[in-house]
Amino acid sequence: MAVYSACILLIGIGLYCIVVKRNLVKIIIGFAILEYAVNLFFASVGYRASALAPIVVDEARPVPSCVDPLPQALVLTAIVIGLGVTALMIAIAYRLYEKYGTFDVSEIRRLRG
Amino acid sequence: MLEIYALLVFMVAASIIAVETKDLLSSVISLGAVGFGLTIVFLILQAPDLAIVQVVVEILTLVFLIALIFKTTRVDTVRGAPYDPIFLFATTALIVFVVLFAVVAIYVFRELPPFGGPLREVAHYYVEQGLDKTGAANLVSAILLDFRGYDTLGEVTVLFTSVVGVLVVLRSVGRKKRES
Amino acid sequence: MQGMSVIVKTIARMMVGFVFMYGIYIILHGHLTPGGGFAGGCIVAGAFVLLYLAYGRDEAKEKLQSSLTSIFESIGAFLFWLIALTGIIWGYFFFNFIERGTPLSILSGGIIPLANIAIGIKVASALFGIFIALASVKFVLRE
Repeated sequence: MAVYSACILLIGIGLYCIVVKRNLVKIIIGFAILEYAVNLFFASVGYRASALAPIVVDEARPVPSCVDPLPQALVLTAIVIGLGVTALMIAIAYRLYEKYGTFDVSEIRRLRG
Repeated sequence: MLEIYALLVFMVAASIIAVETKDLLSSVISLGAVGFGLTIVFLILQAPDLAIVQVVVEILTLVFLIALIFKTTRVDTVRGAPYDPIFLFATTALIVFVVLFAVVAIYVFRELPPFGGPLREVAHYYVEQGLDKTGAANLVSAILLDFRGYDTLGEVTVLFTSVVGVLVVLRSVGRKKRES
Repeated sequence: MQGMSVIVKTIARMMVGFVFMYGIYIILHGHLTPGGGFAGGCIVAGAFVLLYLAYGRDEAKEKLQSSLTSIFESIGAFLFWLIALTGIIWGYFFFNFIERGTPLSILSGGIIPLANIAIGIKVASALFGIFIALASVKFVLRE
């Protein structure tokens, strides 16, 4: 239960950084923290106390008791996709700085034309 | 069990530092600390695949962010008026939303199985029959590439799209021709 | 972007071979030990990033080009599609058409090692292509 509460706390911190901060780089950092928290939640749902990793070592008998391998497969895909999304956000932030000269979100919204 | 709690406290403290620091380079390095703490938590949760991918992805994210900061600027933006109304409205709405979400979530989390005793209704079949049906010893690879190959195909497509997006946004050939 | 000092260049030159070999080992043994295509592809991309950072943009631009990276990425994605489509001949999409060998040896697991190699090539060239685009863009501030 404490692990789930820490995940909710990290989701809250990431959301606070996305909504309240005005610097574009801080918003990107908020997205990264949100994504770490969600991956942690998924990986900790499938944990089984005092169990081993889901890899078969001896062919004669199967794995005695292993953690759930299905959330691990989903989180593996999610981590690599998160890197692609962060890289695209960084590229767009770079072009915005080149055009407006600042990372401030409220000024980028006001300058038109 | 105690190591997981200590690492979670470290991760929460590092993320608060990453959000609040005025210097952009310090906040990026604190984000790196959060990522590395997550790697060790993955190792304690008996998931070595995730730990390997998380370490390398974390290092690459740090490299990209530091490349962005060193090319543009290092200083955080200064707030103009001390309490403009948009900032107050955003903070109030966020606090209301997070409190509602936490109340509903704590009520829902009592329905989840406790931490350490998963249900495993779907994965029971994968664990029992994985080695016989696919012949691979690594059950996570067997699930990713044999039982659920469509999800991996979707992931390959998303990664390809993001690379195309980055290469188009940062292109410099068309811009030079238009300016000359 | 300039390179680093002579010490860094020499050590990077020595280490790149080991990192590259470790990445290929993790890709090829993806069905026996933890790892697989994604982890190994990220490590191979890390080896190339190390070489690019040590030698700087001016020297490394003609050896590690971005056009070659795009070609490899397309090859990796196309190979994965080909493996999936070939299963239609015997049954359905993504059918495991190679027979599973003896478990816990290198030649086992059906199409899983081939799919791991395709994903490894794709992820490595994708991440390195993103890095080249981000590191070699020239900064021009327009008013």
